[in-house]
Amino acid sequence: MTDASAVAAAVADAHRREWAFVLAATVRVTRDIDVAEECVQDAFATALTDWRRTGIPARPGAWLTTTARRRALNVLRHRGVEHRYLPLLVEEDTVPGPADLADDRPGGAEIPDDRLRLIVTCCHPPLDRSAQVALTLRLMCGLSTAEVARAFLVSEPTMAARITRAKKKIAVARIPYRVPSADELPARVDAVLAVIHLLFTTGHTTPAGEELVRRDLVERSIELGRMLRRLLPRDPAVAGLLALLLLTDARRETRTGPDGRLLLLEEQDRSRWDGRAIAEGAALVRESLRARPPSPYALQAAIAAVHAESPTWDDTDWHEIVALYGVLTQVWPSPVVALNRAVAVGFACGAAAGLAALDALAAEPQLAGYGYLPAARADFLRRLGRVEEARDAYAEALLLTENAVEREFLASRLRTLGTGPP
Amino acid sequence: MAQYLILIYEDEAQYATATPEVLGEVMQAHNDFAAQVEQHGAKLLGGNALQSTGTATSVRGGSEVTDGPFVETKEALGGYYLVEAPDLDSALAVGKLCPARFGGVEVRPVMTFD
Repeated sequence: MTDASAVAAAVADAHRREWAFVLAATVRVTRDIDVAEECVQDAFATALTDWRRTGIPARPGAWLTTTARRRALNVLRHRGVEHRYLPLLVEEDTVPGPADLADDRPGGAEIPDDRLRLIVTCCHPPLDRSAQVALTLRLMCGLSTAEVARAFLVSEPTMAARITRAKKKIAVARIPYRVPSADELPARVDAVLAVIHLLFTTGHTTPAGEELVRRDLVERSIELGRMLRRLLPRDPAVAGLLALLLLTDARRETRTGPDGRLLLLEEQDRSRWDGRAIAEGAALVRESLRARPPSPYALQAAIAAVHAESPTWDDTDWHEIVALYGVLTQVWPSPVVALNRAVAVGFACGAAAGLAALDALAAEPQLAGYGYLPAARADFLRRLGRVEEARDAYAEALLLTENAVEREFLASRLRTLGTGPP
Repeated sequence: MAQYLILIYEDEAQYATATPEVLGEVMQAHNDFAAQVEQHGAKLLGGNALQSTGTATSVRGGSEVTDGPFVETKEALGGYYLVEAPDLDSALAVGKLCPARFGGVEVRPVMTFD
């Protein structure tokens, strides 16, 4: 008998690492996502009891896949076509039958890695972005509907309806379960990267609420980035996204002070940045910048790398950062990028130049209601000693910011400027 | 293979004021479209252009007859194609090809009963 707590830990670990692999391989057998999910859940439940008896297998993923796929074949044999709720998924390859599974012992024939197939299906562009994100967390990360709902601050019934609708659309509209052809692949990978990036940013800065970092979403997004990197090792956009996530997350420990207050890049203790993540991210940046043109993720990662590799705030190469933002505005013409470039101009060429660059964006409709614009203006006005205008800008930024930690930062800046005339 | 209906929604006002040259281009675009569908692994099963919504009559609840389309919208259903395609990717490739210069198209899977 193996110790129950050791088995529980091994099953939890396998759930974290192997869920997507096991599910993707099982969907190939069932061609029905719901049935596959049930079978995979059963396999994990079986592992909890069987591994106590037999010991923890050398390759838990292979054991779980075999168990889930055997279960799937049984379910399919006993459940007639007439009870089918959704049509079978479309795929062009031959589906493995019982004969293929005969040699499907752990340690037997290699089980094909279908995770790319599963993630491009979850992130298929005809699905709404919110549905793509929900499916990815549910099917790739094995989160429960309740957990997915909590991550996105919606009620569980709302999230359940969203996931059910997305699964139904995949089956009924015949979104194919396959790896896209070489010419379609870049656009499809872009959609996957957008979903992973959204998961990361949602976790990194929650739009509202008390906690600045929702750890689990950040970790899940980095795991997905690493997985995609292994599946597509030569894709520079994938390398760029993973680099961006690693370099941004390397500063995690220093983003807030002990009291929960938001710390600016300038105030952060760089000795506490994660040097390993920075080294890994910087190497990925170099690789990702070889693409012509570089992806927006690669350029953002390059900017993050300039910060990460600068020993102090005063050593920051702001001219390099302005130049990188310049390239970024070309490949990704977005007012938010222009806003970040304007802030960098302020550090490279002085607050007056930065303010002029910001004011050039004042009429940008997409920035109306965007709290970072008045916050950045307020900072430059403060540096220029234009206290009254700075106060107005901080007050405006406060009106537009919901995140509690960011609000406290703005409020504290406002307090240091005092209330009376300068 | 499955069937999809490609519903063409366009601004009718644009057609009402279009020059004969523009109308000729539209006609040509539809002819070219029909010739290209099979390159995307799909097959055109049928299709029609509809008279304008000004000619429509709606019947609600089996008795209430009103003059006009069921729903008044700026971009109205003006025609459709029925295609057969292996999957949504193929159907959407056809949808992207479908001429709709004054609007767009909606691609809907056809329900099957078996």
